[in-house]
Amino acid sequence: MTVLQVNGASKRFGSLVAIDDVSLTIEPGELRAIIGPNGAGKTTFFNLVSGLFAPTAGSIKFDGRDVTALPPEERVRRGMARTFQITEIFPELPVADNIRVAVEIAAGYRLKPWLGAAARAVVAARVDELLDMGGLSDKSDVRAGALSHGDQRAAEIMMSLALRPRLLMLDEPTAGMGDQETYDIARLIRRLHRQEGLTIMLIEHDMRVVFNLADRIMVLAEGRVLAEGAPQEIADSDKVQAAYLGKAAA
Amino acid sequence: MRPARHRARAFDAAVCLLLLFMPFWMGAIGGYTELATRIIVMGLAAMSLNFLLGFTGVLSFGHAAYFGLGAYGAAMAIKYLDAGTLPAIGLGVVVATFAAMAIGALIVRRRGVYFAMVTIAFGQVFYFLAFRWNAVTGGDDGLTGWHRLPINFGFATLDIFGNDKAFYYFALAVFAVSVAAMAKLIDSPFGRSLTAIRENERRARFLGVPVEFHIWLSFVISCLFVSVAGALYALLNNFTDPRALRFDLSGNLVIMAVLGGMRFFWGPLIGAAIFVALQDYVSSHTENWMSVIGLVFVLVVRFFPRGVLGMLRGGAKA
Repeated sequence: MTVLQVNGASKRFGSLVAIDDVSLTIEPGELRAIIGPNGAGKTTFFNLVSGLFAPTAGSIKFDGRDVTALPPEERVRRGMARTFQITEIFPELPVADNIRVAVEIAAGYRLKPWLGAAARAVVAARVDELLDMGGLSDKSDVRAGALSHGDQRAAEIMMSLALRPRLLMLDEPTAGMGDQETYDIARLIRRLHRQEGLTIMLIEHDMRVVFNLADRIMVLAEGRVLAEGAPQEIADSDKVQAAYLGKAAA
Repeated sequence: MRPARHRARAFDAAVCLLLLFMPFWMGAIGGYTELATRIIVMGLAAMSLNFLLGFTGVLSFGHAAYFGLGAYGAAMAIKYLDAGTLPAIGLGVVVATFAAMAIGALIVRRRGVYFAMVTIAFGQVFYFLAFRWNAVTGGDDGLTGWHRLPINFGFATLDIFGNDKAFYYFALAVFAVSVAAMAKLIDSPFGRSLTAIRENERRARFLGVPVEFHIWLSFVISCLFVSVAGALYALLNNFTDPRALRFDLSGNLVIMAVLGGMRFFWGPLIGAAIFVALQDYVSSHTENWMSVIGLVFVLVVRFFPRGVLGMLRGGAKA
């Protein structure tokens, strides 16, 4: 079944049309990249899908159900997880506790005033597993705010992964990173996609990352869908090159 | 990690021992039993406020309202209903908790300074109610003509009225149960969801936490325990008046929490001890005791922004 189906979504801020009639369908197991020049509306589109604000028009279906009117936390509970352009973690808590909060919430324990030994052991094992997958095992006691940029991003992705999402949305996961960090994060994303079979939608500026990872690419420009297709089609598209390089190059 | 945990355990044990024998060593340093009782009562109030402030990251300037409702509830139960001590405390707590549930529901969407302002506004409603409604609350003069009663357990009687040490230990028992409950909550999945909100509300929401509902719960729990302190305060004084509801008390609770260190579980108790002891000592010399406390507060916040406990812990690390 289709994981995400966006139908004619639009978002206006006053007279500014940030998103204009964007539709998109994501199938299970797909890795979809969203690219476009700065200000194209990529993050706004993520915010619409994840529920940070409501669309002015259009609808969003997740797993076949209409979620257009649901608050973010409800969408998360249905399997939508996301990261942010500026990493959102719990800076004062140790890395392990960052992950632990996510694991406990995912297990449905968020209102529990206590936890039995058996449940605690299950949580601890899952935390270790996620720390390991994110390459953070040796930093589990470090304050998350003291981690390097790349490790913070890995921690944020692992927190989202703790939710066992049906759709993982990554907003510029390699933004502001050096070559090594970019490579590490790209490898992590590839692993989540190929080995864990995760459905992923990501916004990305680094074209090496995009063309290495994506199954399909959607190009946004000025809030509209400029092109959509397999990586090779997008690379060959004159329209896309024009949007990136300016009209003169077309 | 390990040694840090051992240090924390050792500190917990030291606090418990000090509290257990406070009426005995208090005299040696120039205090008296009632002062010791006041310290744990205000300590409980500040620690309850800190459940919301330090462990959920939400600042309330209106906690005096629930402290006062606990105080008036207990006092009126004894005066008008001839209630025993424990039912009287229970009534005060129930009234305050219901008030917190209703008001909390109206304000949880506000954040930061707006939340703080709205808590003051609602808090003052109760202050003026107590101030004006002479016939029931005694108005500005306060609620007099009652006193705490010995507690009859059936097999034995605890004379908390005639014996001030007995009342201290009664208050300490109530303090211990309340504080243990809060510690347990903080170190639970629910408590960690609150800390998550404090650390990063957006991240908490996008992990699936209904943030407003959790803040509401934290507010109600915090008010519940502050009302326990309020009820004890009325029993301690055999009296209550509208000042137990006024916003300057709310401010004092915040000062205690910040002074002691709001990121530390025991911080507000340390802050309350300093505040209450200074108040007692300085007010016997000058009416302007608040300016001395204010000066201490400013100095601590300026040089040790993490409070007294933060300073001690930083010192231990270096």
